[in-house]
Amino acid sequence: MEAVLTTVGAWTLRSLRVTGEISILSYQIGSALLRYGLRWKLFLEQVCFIGINSALVVITTGAFTGAVFAAQVHFQFVRLGMESAVGPTVSVAMCRELAPILCCLLLAGRVGAAMAAEVSSMKITEQIDALRSLGVYPVEYLIVPRFLALMVSAPILTGLALAVGIGAAYLVAVPLLGADGAPYWDNTVKFTDPSDVMIALSKGTIFGLIIAVISCHKGLNPQMGTAGVGRTTTEAVVNSSLAILIFNFFLTFLLNSLFIGQEG
Amino acid sequence: MSHFLEIKGLKKSLGGAEILKGIDMHVQEGEKIVVIGRSGGGKSVLLRHILGLMQPDAGSVTFQGTNLSELGEEALNPYRRQIGMLFQNGALFDSMSVRDNLEFPLLEQGVKDRNELSHRVDEALEVVDLPGQHEKLPAELSGGMKKRVALARAAIGRPRLMLYDEPTTGLDPVVADSINHLINRLGEQLKMASIVVTHDMESAYMIADRMYYLQEGEFYFEGTPEEVRNCSDPMVQKFVQGLSDAKDAIM
Repeated sequence: MEAVLTTVGAWTLRSLRVTGEISILSYQIGSALLRYGLRWKLFLEQVCFIGINSALVVITTGAFTGAVFAAQVHFQFVRLGMESAVGPTVSVAMCRELAPILCCLLLAGRVGAAMAAEVSSMKITEQIDALRSLGVYPVEYLIVPRFLALMVSAPILTGLALAVGIGAAYLVAVPLLGADGAPYWDNTVKFTDPSDVMIALSKGTIFGLIIAVISCHKGLNPQMGTAGVGRTTTEAVVNSSLAILIFNFFLTFLLNSLFIGQEG
Repeated sequence: MSHFLEIKGLKKSLGGAEILKGIDMHVQEGEKIVVIGRSGGGKSVLLRHILGLMQPDAGSVTFQGTNLSELGEEALNPYRRQIGMLFQNGALFDSMSVRDNLEFPLLEQGVKDRNELSHRVDEALEVVDLPGQHEKLPAELSGGMKKRVALARAAIGRPRLMLYDEPTTGLDPVVADSINHLINRLGEQLKMASIVVTHDMESAYMIADRMYYLQEGEFYFEGTPEEVRNCSDPMVQKFVQGLSDAKDAIM
């Protein structure tokens, strides 16, 4: 019993400490942005790395997710005589859940891992201390450009995954599986509200923020040694992914009430 | 009398262990100080306090009349730009070329003119005997070259005080000797004070105007290189001559 209590106590303390550290880092990012402004060159480099270099992966994921989801929905709905509902079902699901979740889980794996690895390596090899010794605030130089680049890129990539997913779903449902194109598209447009797209983009932005803060926090507080960089990177990806999934639950209710209303 | 750098009663504990137990130290302008002591004895921790990278549990670090221990990160920056530091492993920015590493402190100081940047980088690389290495990445440099570039980066902003953390560790004797000469040359050319922490006695004798021996978190002995050489204290002599007793050998 004592061992269980000790473990629970240690876990609680650690969780509180990490929550506190992440809150402080978030405050430091905000205040550094206000005080020092943005280093545009570094920001654009990060946008390029996160946005442009991730586009192909996101397009592939969006396309195949939309395609597979359309096929599965089509197979079930045909049996119920609801073939015309395939388009809006896929579209709304892509907007509200699939595009932001899958896109940002990919970003957590690709970008979050890279951020955590790069920042933790810099910490371990004293490069962050070297920055400080040269009178440069590491949060302003390293973290703010990454944070903003991810917050800008994540919703754009989510939008890209969404558009490609809906397009791929159309191609699978209509030319491949023989659904009637006109009602498919009419119903898709009719039942997909702009608020659904807003939900997708809002989730993308918030998930981008989550990935950036968790990955940079992990990078700034690494486990030491070469193996430590690996563990830090893994933890950044796992924690970001879990946080995305957990926050998604709460965001679903919050954004639904904000954009659609309780009955929506 | 006010000193260029004065450390009073500096205490620091890390992970429950008391690393510094009330250090007192002073440095005059242009003076070269060497702090010797065993590995893990708190020498690097001392340097990090001087640069404000660590906050003391007690005591003060006063640089040119300002107590750095009371300043926050932002307020420290103008002082940090007057203090250069050579980190133990160089700490070069590995995603940047040698040129970018050297330009970085100048750009942060507001030097924007391309001609001046180029001139200062060329000059710094010549001082450390590495002309023409501008476009290399740190990964393409040897250990000694990395130290030289790091030294050039630390000195390019013309600091008033240079801190050297184990500058010759991991280098062969020839390269180590050239680094020692470089430290002396830089001190004379730029007329800056230096604090070198090392356990390399050859380096220490070659560089020091005055030496401190750090033993278990306290300064056990202070004197000129000559006084250290002639000191009859067995503890000091054991360190200076690199002798271990049975307990040390087992450890």
